[in-house]
Amino acid sequence: MSAAGTVRLSVDGEPVAVPAGSSVAAAVASVAAARFRRSVRGEPRAAVCGMGVCFECRVRIDDTPHQRACMTPAREGMQVSTDD
Amino acid sequence: MTERYDVLVVGAGPAGLAAARAAASHGARVGLLDAQARHGGQVWRHDVLHGTPRPARIAFDLLARTRGHVEWLPQHQVISADHRTLLVETPRAAVRLSCGSMVLATGARELLLPFPGWTLPGVTGAGGIQALAKQGWPVRGKRVVVAGSGPLLLAAAATLRRHGARVLGICEQAPAAAVAAFAMQLWRWPARAVQAAVLRTRLAGIPYRCGSFVRMAHGRDALCGVDVDDPHGPLHIPCDLLAVGYGLVPNVELASMLGCALDHTRIHPCVRVDTLLRTSTANVYAAGESCGIAGLAAARIEGSMAGHAAAGFPAAATALLPSRQRARRFADLLAQHFALDARTRTLAGADTIICRCEDVTLAALDGFTDARAARLATRCGMGACQGRICGTTLAELDRFPHGGTRPPLFPARLATLATGDPSTP
Repeated sequence: MSAAGTVRLSVDGEPVAVPAGSSVAAAVASVAAARFRRSVRGEPRAAVCGMGVCFECRVRIDDTPHQRACMTPAREGMQVSTDD
Repeated sequence: MTERYDVLVVGAGPAGLAAARAAASHGARVGLLDAQARHGGQVWRHDVLHGTPRPARIAFDLLARTRGHVEWLPQHQVISADHRTLLVETPRAAVRLSCGSMVLATGARELLLPFPGWTLPGVTGAGGIQALAKQGWPVRGKRVVVAGSGPLLLAAAATLRRHGARVLGICEQAPAAAVAAFAMQLWRWPARAVQAAVLRTRLAGIPYRCGSFVRMAHGRDALCGVDVDDPHGPLHIPCDLLAVGYGLVPNVELASMLGCALDHTRIHPCVRVDTLLRTSTANVYAAGESCGIAGLAAARIEGSMAGHAAAGFPAAATALLPSRQRARRFADLLAQHFALDARTRTLAGADTIICRCEDVTLAALDGFTDARAARLATRCGMGACQGRICGTTLAELDRFPHGGTRPPLFPARLATLATGDPSTP
């Protein structure tokens, strides 16, 4: 059971709680140094456009790769992996 | 299986919500789809702390009271299209939607200009961090510099402050004289003037620097500060977040795939429409920012007009024409007073990354005069964003125009593509 108005999920194995209605992007930003992926050169990247256009926030969610974290509502029990 | 509607409305922001309501008021069966999980688009985005903006709630509630039936289709991403059918991906499935007519209310995205350090985590769009914060991105206590151009910067700063961020300043690239001249004209749009006054109160105490822009962002793995060019001399501002946006760019990819003629008068194309908001493709209408950046009021009026026309009631659309023309004049005012300083287009260095998906630098693009050649040689524009960011940037930098639209419109699952592509019969 989650506390009222809170969703609990895990990001790279670390538990995180965010307000209900938050995006997966918010959950990732809440735990790590707000890093979402490595670029082809290996540089750290994070969400930029916040509206599903730039694809910089893509992560693996419940074994589905390349999901836009900013477009995905956080749900109870989700397993999110960065650097996908 | 294909689900059939009288009218399909793509995009559930202010224009799309108005279009759905207008079409359904004539008894049409309407499908209203959006890639986002919630209606409202960008300007009426739901806020996890402060709820759904009142006008968005009202607009959505009104859909239930129309004579026709509006089906709300959230998390429906258009992958491919012809003028009667959309191939759409949802989190679980691929679906085909067909219709008698279609209204494109695809809105706009932010104009991002490259500068050294712009790829660092912590650098976002201005509207970008606003959207992220509304969806729970933690900004409380964070030191934020807001930069770029246009009234959106004020709205972004207000949202950030409301969420507990420490907004250190707003850098508006337009000179003080242009911003003052813009403010002097606002009385002609009373709703805008009120909005500006409210924002001014909410932003009390935050420095608003005109003629000022971010030249460079510093940091190793994340942002730690920015260098600002200001008329009063250079500044270095330590910060955790930089929210920078240089205005808006119409989303025309779906229109382009549908064969709608685009208007290339400005750097970034918009959808060409007639006075009934018909595009050049039969039975396809467009409304709002995709027809040229004009803001919320124009989007709502145009949405209504397109909805009436798409449902087969052009007289109801024509009645709104005078108010549309008036709202559109606001667009000219914006474009005139917030025109970009040429220096904002020369900030990227030879080793600054332009294509963020494929890490292609500005130097690697030297000598290319068209998007296709650059794509083949450098992979510029071949990544997941499909050139939406770098193509727009390169057009703004006067390198070469955006390379056009190819299916799929967005990266899609193989299973989706296997259901058949309506754009290739």
